[in-house]
Amino acid sequence: MSDRLAVRKTYKLYVNGAFPRSESGRTYEVADTRGHFLANAAWASRKDARDAVVAARGAFAKWSGMTAYNRGQVLYRVAEVMEGRHAQFCDEVAAGEGLSSSRARAAVDAAVDRWVWYAGWTDKLAAVLGGANPVAGPYFDFSMPEPTGVVAVLAPQESSLLGLVSVLAPVLATGNTTVLVTSKERPLPAVTLAEVLATSDVPGGVVNLLTGDSAELGPWLAEHADVDGIDLTGAPPGRAMEFEREAAGTVKRVVRPQVPEQDWTADPGLSRMTPFLETKTVWHPIGV
Amino acid sequence: MTTAPPSPAKPNLFEYAPAPESRSIVDIKPSYGLFIDGEFVDGTGEAFKTVNPATEEVLTEVSSGSVADVDRAVAAARRAFTRVWGPMRPADRGKYLFRIARLLQERAREFAVLESLDNGKPIRESRDVDIPLAAAHFFYHAGWADKLDFAGLGPNPRPLGVAGQVIPWNFPMLMLAWKVAPALATGNTVVLKPAETTPLTALLFAEICQQADLPPGVVNIVTGAGETGRAVVEHGDVDKVAFTGSTEVGKSIARAVAGTRKSLTLELGGKAANIVFDDAPIDQAVEGIVQGIFFNQGHVCCAGSRLLVQENIHDEVIASLQRRIGTLRVGDPLDKNTDIGAINSAEQLARIRELSDIGEAEGAVRWQPECVLPDRGFWFPPTVFTDVSPAHRIARDEVFGPVLSVLTFRTPDEAVAKANNTTYGLSAGIWTEKGSRILKIANQLRAGVVWANTFNKFDPTSPFGGYKQSGYGREGGRHGLTGYLKGATHS
Amino acid sequence: MAGMTHVLDPDALSDGARLLPAPVDPFSDVTRSDAAFRAFLHGLPGVDQVGAESRVAMLGTRSIKTTAKAWAIDTAISMVDLTTLEGSDTPGKVRSLAAKARRPDPGDLNTPPVAAVCVYGDLAGVARQALGNSGIHVAAVATAFPSGRASRAIKIADVKDAVANGADEIDMVIDRGAFLAGRYLDVYDEIVAVKEACGTAHLKVILETGELVTLDNVRRASWLAMLAGGDFIKTSTGKIAPAATLPVCLVMLEAVRDFRAQTGTQIGVKPAGGIRTTQDAMKHLVLVNETAGPDWLSPHWFRFGASSLLNDLLLQRQKLRTGHYSGPDYVTVD
Repeated sequence: MSDRLAVRKTYKLYVNGAFPRSESGRTYEVADTRGHFLANAAWASRKDARDAVVAARGAFAKWSGMTAYNRGQVLYRVAEVMEGRHAQFCDEVAAGEGLSSSRARAAVDAAVDRWVWYAGWTDKLAAVLGGANPVAGPYFDFSMPEPTGVVAVLAPQESSLLGLVSVLAPVLATGNTTVLVTSKERPLPAVTLAEVLATSDVPGGVVNLLTGDSAELGPWLAEHADVDGIDLTGAPPGRAMEFEREAAGTVKRVVRPQVPEQDWTADPGLSRMTPFLETKTVWHPIGV
Repeated sequence: MTTAPPSPAKPNLFEYAPAPESRSIVDIKPSYGLFIDGEFVDGTGEAFKTVNPATEEVLTEVSSGSVADVDRAVAAARRAFTRVWGPMRPADRGKYLFRIARLLQERAREFAVLESLDNGKPIRESRDVDIPLAAAHFFYHAGWADKLDFAGLGPNPRPLGVAGQVIPWNFPMLMLAWKVAPALATGNTVVLKPAETTPLTALLFAEICQQADLPPGVVNIVTGAGETGRAVVEHGDVDKVAFTGSTEVGKSIARAVAGTRKSLTLELGGKAANIVFDDAPIDQAVEGIVQGIFFNQGHVCCAGSRLLVQENIHDEVIASLQRRIGTLRVGDPLDKNTDIGAINSAEQLARIRELSDIGEAEGAVRWQPECVLPDRGFWFPPTVFTDVSPAHRIARDEVFGPVLSVLTFRTPDEAVAKANNTTYGLSAGIWTEKGSRILKIANQLRAGVVWANTFNKFDPTSPFGGYKQSGYGREGGRHGLTGYLKGATHS
Repeated sequence: MAGMTHVLDPDALSDGARLLPAPVDPFSDVTRSDAAFRAFLHGLPGVDQVGAESRVAMLGTRSIKTTAKAWAIDTAISMVDLTTLEGSDTPGKVRSLAAKARRPDPGDLNTPPVAAVCVYGDLAGVARQALGNSGIHVAAVATAFPSGRASRAIKIADVKDAVANGADEIDMVIDRGAFLAGRYLDVYDEIVAVKEACGTAHLKVILETGELVTLDNVRRASWLAMLAGGDFIKTSTGKIAPAATLPVCLVMLEAVRDFRAQTGTQIGVKPAGGIRTTQDAMKHLVLVNETAGPDWLSPHWFRFGASSLLNDLLLQRQKLRTGHYSGPDYVTVD
């Protein structure tokens, strides 16, 4: 380390491909696990959430309309760019989660690898989840998975990077766009991830990251009529049921949280992709 | 039957003489109990009457399941799950389902007549669609019972336990099959609540279970109204809730199961667009429009209730449509030549009338063929509204009756935008001879089932279910199994 | 000849170059050139085969009972073109058929006579003589039936010969080779020429749908024949399988329905070949009733080209009248 005075980063929201401050002007202090000040994070408001939903909806047609191959390459690019910022992520994860440098490195490695894993899924899903249906009549009938639409994600509160990537990547791999509320106490890796996303060919608006409080934003997102699904993984303790009830008002697809927070190093399988996929079945006569 | 068929609109040399299906094949008892643990037992709730909607004749009295009755049914289902059905060799579970499929085929005519009596749907449809498809669903799912490891739904798929299932009145027996067959094939046991106005075929199905020697408690049928359904849905020992019905009730069920361990699938309302392009096979498109909205009196969640017709062929299509509707035969559901039967209930008739009146008040133009309706019973003539704007309630609300709203479009983009401009997303239709257009539009429509150059086709192998507020989960096909298996990884 | 192909020079045939009469309004200009005619015929709405089949399947479930059945059987009998088209036909065979045509059921004189007797042109005179003033028409197949493979001069001579022999209805075959090769104007011109040769005889145009194969072709050929002046469009010669099928008949009935709606001219339809049972006939009548409409439910607008159908209709008629089933010995062998 030199004696040079570091240039510190301003941690902002990531909405529609840009890095705005909260429209509310609010910030909150983020500290490491020993209580030392790390940064002032933007404290997203319900209006930020509203803007983020508009951005996510606007980006949906392009993202979901991309070829699966192309989407896979974009997600792989995220892994590539993340790898280049490996050290920065390690520092942020270590500070935010209080991990040793080797455990922080393991978490970052796993997070990068998770992008790679999901990047490879984009052009396999239709084959694995779709197919032809042998109906009893002169019709060609096939089913294919399609993204649900705009998915709100309350990211895990504890695992600030691996957990975050583990809930974000599947939503993107399936072609959804998202409004994600980061871990409240550990938001900094998410903001750095936003910078990765912004430089990784992910179209603006596909991912919108809000640092702030899922207790505050959760109800707005759960009730928002233009949100199609919600992942409640990072819902505050005891409030998931309330959010699920609110989500019922527009028949949202809901992923319930696991208590305690799940082991993010485990193989995720398809369990985080299928909840935000719809099955479309198309019929056509077979004739001459 | 006391209902006379309507007289023809115009004198026709070839007026088909009445051709009633014999009612003598069904034997309706004066009263029915609940089917719990393999036995018919009296319910402790207040009994209710079920009527023939074509005549308002009371058919019989049916027990209403109380909270205590539901509790007994769930307990029976739990016992059966734990002791018999869960541990049973999968191949044997399959054999029971094959038996049920065969019994349904053997007694198909009886089921069809009973369905038409209780529901009001034409015998042609109950005989040719509802009952054969119900049997096909059991036959299809029977084969899955011992092949779940190969379904690609993840390793070691396990049943959820007790499924609480609530079904609607529009396809009583078919919806029972859609619910019960996959649940049993995957090793679950069920407590089923049929619709209040159409309980009879479910109770006849209970007899089928007895004839099949299905172990007691595997299938329990608790009749009743909304309160009974609520007791099923909210029961603490139910692991899975499956519901088909209105979006309104679906939402309340989703609220009720929030925060529980219960898995939920919902098949709710719809307001499907049926899009007709100017290069469509017009005669088949007109037929598809008619099938789309008048099949089962329009009591179909996936009905093509919004006709989106390209503006340059609007007049031609409407003229053809009106001519075709003029040939529809409305009347006695048991007459083999009836195309449109009775509206299922006075309540539903009132809703259809109300929305139609609003349609007219909002400025849409109502057209109905000359059509003499029977004096008694619940009837509504086939109806077409033209000059409908997307803002009209008849273009937005689910009428669930024989009422078609006609809108126009000029370009494919406009067609897609209008088709998707709804909170529902169950189904849609596309009519064009251009293959690439079909695939493009099908891709853009936010709907779970897209019928191209056809409409209202169903098959047990083909997943059915909605986007958006039309619900979630699929019924039929490999996808339909996932709603009844632990850790199954399908959408 | 006016109608030879001009595919490389589609407008070579201008209005002035055409000698034959143009179709009825509003279609008088569609035959101005090969290209225009092709564009018109290919611009007709497509037919989805599966949809057409499911429509006829649904109509096939109509249950025609009691009074409706009695009416339908008598109507069907009156629509029969009682047909013999064998190389072994003789004057004796034709006279026997004519006798049956006049009095289908000797045991019940209330049985209506059939519409026509249909024979080869050389036997038309025998049929005419045997039918006398019964009002039963004499239909003769002509134009090198059934293949239609002969020069136009021969076909015209064939028609004129049949008319001279006493035929008042001519059942011609279209040139399927020309149709399938896309030489629509040739097919059209030939029908126009045959119509002219018919004089006052009614012209039924056999499309031979079994060789056209697709329902799109059936619709195009139907319109082509109607525009050319055919009085009837007929499915088949009976010599090619499949002959009359319900989906084909449906498409032809749609064509005559639409043609009348647009021109005011009503054209008849005749399914022929393969219609053997009362059940088949009932299905066709239901199809007529619910597609073209009741206006077509008369021998003037709808015919059955058949031979064995008549006996089955008679057996069913006897069953209705007597209340018990009958047997083949109770109807006459033709």
